[in-house]
Amino acid sequence: MTDQFEPVIVGFLCNWCSYRAADLAGTARIKYAPNLRPIRVMCSGRVDPQFVLTALLNGADGVLIAGCHPGECHYVNGNIKTLRRFLLLKKTLKQWGIEDERVQLLWASASEGIFLAERVNKMTEELRALGPLRWHEKVLGMNGAELVTVKEA
Amino acid sequence: MNDTKSPPEIEEKVGVYVCHCGTNISKVVDVEDVAKWAESNPHVAVSRDYKFMCSSLGQELIEQDIKEKGLTKIVVASCSPHMHEGTFRAATEKGGLNPFMFEMANIREHDSWTTDDREAATQKAKALINGSIERVIHHQPLEQIPVSINPSTLIVGAGIAGITAALELANGGNHVYLVEKQPSIGGHMAQLDKTFPTLDCSACILTPKMVDVSQHPNITLLTWSEVEKMDGYMGNFQVTVRKKARYVVEDTCTGCGICIEKCPFKVIDTEFEVGMGERKVIYRPFPQAVPKYPVIDAANCVYFLKGKCKACQKFCPTEPNSIDFEQQDEILKLEVGNIILATGYQLFDVKRIPQYGYGKLENVFTSLEFERMVNAAGPTEGKILLRDKESEPESVLIVHCVGSRDENYHKYCSKVCCMYSLKFGHLVHERIPDATVYNCYIDMRTPGKGYEEFYDRLLQEGTNFIRGKVAEITDSPRTPEEEGKLIVQVEDTLIGRQRRIPVDMVILSPAIEAQPDSKEVSQLFKMGCDFEGFFIERHPKLDPVATMTEGVFIAGACQGPKDIPDTVAQGAAAASRVASLISRGTVMMEPVRASIDTENCSGCRICNNLCPYNAIEFVEEEGYSQVITALCQGCGTCVAACPSGVITGAHFTNEQLFSQIEGLLWDVQELEPVPAGKEE
Ligand code: FES
Repeated sequence: MTDQFEPVIVGFLCNWCSYRAADLAGTARIKYAPNLRPIRVMCSGRVDPQFVLTALLNGADGVLIAGCHPGECHYVNGNIKTLRRFLLLKKTLKQWGIEDERVQLLWASASEGIFLAERVNKMTEELRALGPLRWHEKVLGMNGAELVTVKEA
Repeated sequence: MNDTKSPPEIEEKVGVYVCHCGTNISKVVDVEDVAKWAESNPHVAVSRDYKFMCSSLGQELIEQDIKEKGLTKIVVASCSPHMHEGTFRAATEKGGLNPFMFEMANIREHDSWTTDDREAATQKAKALINGSIERVIHHQPLEQIPVSINPSTLIVGAGIAGITAALELANGGNHVYLVEKQPSIGGHMAQLDKTFPTLDCSACILTPKMVDVSQHPNITLLTWSEVEKMDGYMGNFQVTVRKKARYVVEDTCTGCGICIEKCPFKVIDTEFEVGMGERKVIYRPFPQAVPKYPVIDAANCVYFLKGKCKACQKFCPTEPNSIDFEQQDEILKLEVGNIILATGYQLFDVKRIPQYGYGKLENVFTSLEFERMVNAAGPTEGKILLRDKESEPESVLIVHCVGSRDENYHKYCSKVCCMYSLKFGHLVHERIPDATVYNCYIDMRTPGKGYEEFYDRLLQEGTNFIRGKVAEITDSPRTPEEEGKLIVQVEDTLIGRQRRIPVDMVILSPAIEAQPDSKEVSQLFKMGCDFEGFFIERHPKLDPVATMTEGVFIAGACQGPKDIPDTVAQGAAAASRVASLISRGTVMMEPVRASIDTENCSGCRICNNLCPYNAIEFVEEEGYSQVITALCQGCGTCVAACPSGVITGAHFTNEQLFSQIEGLLWDVQELEPVPAGKEE
């Protein structure tokens, strides 16, 4: 590996479509950036905006939320709720100076392994270009300094 | 956060098992290094790597360690949980733990198979495993939820797949609702003449089954009907079906057919006869139609259009009269335990390839038109004739792969076209012995019992085979021989030459396509379809008739192009899957369900409207909301939305997921902050 910056992306993949799309990408041996670290949730609607913040706070450079296409959610319309929360969250993130590319939402059905892989590659590229997030500096800044305490073991 | 920190940890002892999966994982991930590294986690008591964790020896390893080393939690890093979650849960249980004390890290599909970068893959494996370790610590024992299975089954689509499934289930003593949107059952198979490679007549083998369906005491047949809505879940679906008005009273109609005879109006039959013949306005699609009751085509009926005629009613001999112009659509509510979708396919619209001239050049036919033509009951009574319905062709050319294996239309192979194109060649030879027959193919695909032999037979019979994709079909001659003919321009790739073949008749073998409404249908039944519109099976090899929705199965060409034997096999397979659920009576469902800590619920009711299943009710007197567990499907949307954080999603709790997120990022945390979401 060269010395280029390798972002870490936390992925929230819904069990029924996008997690299976990622499975399919693997089964089909589609090679894509190893930067995505997926977490399985039953539905993208389970993704609490706090999950995204926790990931960013803990060193992730980006977060990818993936669900079924609108109309195809296993739970009728969980993904629509995801979309609403996502838009709201993006507004907040923007105010903190967090670039758009860092938190992305996409729809991938179980058969769209290639598409998912392409999107991960693209996002990885975008984040490489942006560089590390450095949440503490960017969001908390000096004001947040005291908030950062060492966790009691 | 609702999930208050878990009870001061009873010393958790996690066992970590890293699978080599032969070399599937170990080729890219340094499994030994990963296993050794995992040992350093203070919660981990045992960490091993093993060739095949899913083998019985691998499973025994887990059982033994639980018993001997007193493990409390298990993490297996191997394939997708969609493959082996059940296996390892069972092993965990065998060892004496609750099966939910287990978590899987997917380091194959999501890691080793996606990269060649050993260093990155190993690092990613560590992250995924660490996430799982941190998560599993917070796992809690859960009990699976028993669900009883309603023994009735809904089958949508009554082609040969649906018919087979219906008969299998009904013969086993189970009740079936068979819903078909056309006026008769039979599907495409009823339109075919002979079936390859045995050449038995399609109707002769199909109609006995259709009659069985109509007479079966366990089958409720709903033709001219469509499913409008599905609610519920495996074992207990509620389905709404619209039974369209036939304007014929089924209770009194004897199917005598006098109304059809007396109806003074004819229209082109674009359905069954694909535009090759006519039918009356009150009609049965074909003589052996099941059920026997005719249907009035209201869009063309003169009574409905102009308020006059009623010939059918006048001549109907039954008492009371069976024609009812006032009849309305009926909405039926069915309760079923399982659903089989057998909605079939449609043919590619050959007009989309204008250079083949269909619709402009008279004597270019589609395969289905030809099927009807060679059928003795069809519009030409089995005679092969040109569009003028008089002259026999002296030469016939059959074009394979029209819209299939073509970047511009469908990339896939439609699987049956080679075989029926060969069959057409045979039928032409049989009916017009002196005719010259050409088959233009890209590759000849004849895998199947007796299929290659059939191809041989055609070679013997003297069909001319040209390997090449047809470029164009025109009627502009360049030489006197081409005068008055269709000229097929094709590159014969075996001799490396462009050829112009003048013929009298061309038959196009179009691709098999998903039904135009397959996307809506897949949404209606909450399962997926692929880019092409074919329904997605649960596993392409090991679970070909199940879908991602429990209790919903698929059979036949709605899943992908297939021939009759494969379709029948899938119909029977889907039926047997359903039968096994019915005979079990009760199945266990994942206990992934939401619950509300009512004591701390503020009663804001935000969750009430979010739930797609109306599974949350507000208890007015108490001022809190509660989850109706039987209705909850466990999506977790309410958990994510609760502003007081008092909804818990079992097995996907906030605590479990926050821990997993942090665990996943073990190597990149800059500092050790108090995570924003964790205070409060
Ligand atoms: S299940 Fe995939 S988004 Fe809801």
